[in-house]
Amino acid sequence: MLRLVQVDFAGEIVIEEAPGITLKKIRALAATGNLSTGFREETLVRAVQQGAHFIGCDAGTTDSGPYYLGSGKPRGPREGTKRNLRIMIREALSAGVPVIVGSAGHAGGTPHLAWTLEIVRELARENAWHFKLAAIDSEIPKELLVSAFLEGRIAPLCPAPELGETSIRQAERFVAMMGIEPIQSALNTGAQVVVTGRCSDVAIYAALPVLEGIPKHVAFHAGKILECGSAAVAQRFYPDCMAAELDQDGFTVEPPNPAFRCTPQSVAAHTLYENADPYHLVESGGTVDTTAAQYEPISDRAVRVSGAKFIPGEKYTVKIEGAALAGYRSIVVAGIRDPLILRQLDTFLASLRTVVERKIEDSLKLSRGAYTLQFRVYGSNGSLGQAEPCPQVEGHEVGLIIDVVAPSQSLAADILPIVWHTGLHHPIPEQEGLISNFAFPFSPPGADMGPVYRFCANHIWHLDDPCKPFRMTLENL
Amino acid sequence: MRLRRQEESMRELWQFTKLIRSKNAGPFELTFDIMFKDKDCFREVMASGQLSAELIAQLYKVDLKQVRFFVIESLLTVKISIPRPVFSGDVDDTDVYGGQFHGPLVRLQVKAG
Repeated sequence: MLRLVQVDFAGEIVIEEAPGITLKKIRALAATGNLSTGFREETLVRAVQQGAHFIGCDAGTTDSGPYYLGSGKPRGPREGTKRNLRIMIREALSAGVPVIVGSAGHAGGTPHLAWTLEIVRELARENAWHFKLAAIDSEIPKELLVSAFLEGRIAPLCPAPELGETSIRQAERFVAMMGIEPIQSALNTGAQVVVTGRCSDVAIYAALPVLEGIPKHVAFHAGKILECGSAAVAQRFYPDCMAAELDQDGFTVEPPNPAFRCTPQSVAAHTLYENADPYHLVESGGTVDTTAAQYEPISDRAVRVSGAKFIPGEKYTVKIEGAALAGYRSIVVAGIRDPLILRQLDTFLASLRTVVERKIEDSLKLSRGAYTLQFRVYGSNGSLGQAEPCPQVEGHEVGLIIDVVAPSQSLAADILPIVWHTGLHHPIPEQEGLISNFAFPFSPPGADMGPVYRFCANHIWHLDDPCKPFRMTLENL
Repeated sequence: MRLRRQEESMRELWQFTKLIRSKNAGPFELTFDIMFKDKDCFREVMASGQLSAELIAQLYKVDLKQVRFFVIESLLTVKISIPRPVFSGDVDDTDVYGGQFHGPLVRLQVKAG
């Protein structure tokens, strides 16, 4: 029912009910929290039958570190991703609604997008499906980013690594995180399946509702609740779908799987998840302020959410992410069980370090600044490193990872045996004669881990046109 | 007897909560969510003064000014965010997802009311 809101001449707000005019409600369906994770087929089928206007799914995150963005490799599994896309596209085609996949292939760069598109094309071929496919590339050519940087359009967030002309050129890859606008452009072409490069999780779910007239404060807040799939339920037994119905005033969130339920607490608590600030969610184009949001139970499984605000930003900005090569890693895994070593472990490792640094310099002509050697001690501070408040060893054994990062894989692989073999027989004062200090579970004791990347940007880019750096291509399959 | 009573008056944070977790908030920040079992647990811990921005600054060796400490009474939740000591996945990072940084908070001694 449309409520006509008018301000009369005395300045009073008059609200009239207008019978017969019904504003559209939009039903958004999140297939799952991450495309590689999966969902129950019957849940998705049921949710689409209940009348979804689109199926969204996020496929990416920076949570697993910089490797995927840096290397250009997708995080699979491919077969799992294909299974999920098959069900989503099949149901969407039969219902005539679009599928929107954000942050393709985990990191959303050009190779990640290509990997996902190949799966979609393969599915179309195998199933004789015909539809319009839109792909939106979000990888930023380095020269474009350098120009933007020189024009003063790139600003650091806090904290941020140093970024400059040289470091941009030396980095491996950059992506910009698109907002709703490029997705809306794709939907406006009539695309049935939209696959994007790096994309705000929220934008996947806000793009179509905003296009259909749902206010941004409703669409963006709903997007935040939907983006992790069934994570906003009280008890998530396994990953699954989540659905929300959006209208002019708010949205109702209800899990399509009858075994799950949402409570006001579970939904409100999800607003906190992975955000540094519980009330302010910064998105491209503005901030969602949930300070005054209300969460009310509609049933024992559904929650009505309203009261968020959308505060448009002064400038339109998108976040950029980048990864740079940091070196190549080789590691060895070992256990230490001798209590005499354990009681002096720090001293033992420090003196081992001094000996091996000298050996590496003698045999490989590498000074200690040219590589990194870390002893990661599980049972001491393996999990928290320098931040560990109780680094002393209390147990009867520790796990040791000898971790070498060097400028090339062959150098890392050359350094590693010097360290582990020296360490194996490194003396302690209490023992005479040759001792063997490490219990290696494997032969060979270590492995080459390949390239190591680091995130090299936590910056925003001021854009005049929210669609400009993103490149859309259309294909009729 | 006296010793026993003293033991009883100290409890650990996890005994008051239904969730203590840490997680990346992006690769450059860590966030901690501490959700209490009920109002009494929430009030008892907050009144003890043990759980504070100062504690987090000291425990994780960050500047107090960088600790964002939110008390969300409607959700019986405390949320704390800090910059990551090492950026996620960097050469000397130890916890790419930031999922174990809450460890030292779990057994935080809280003087019960």
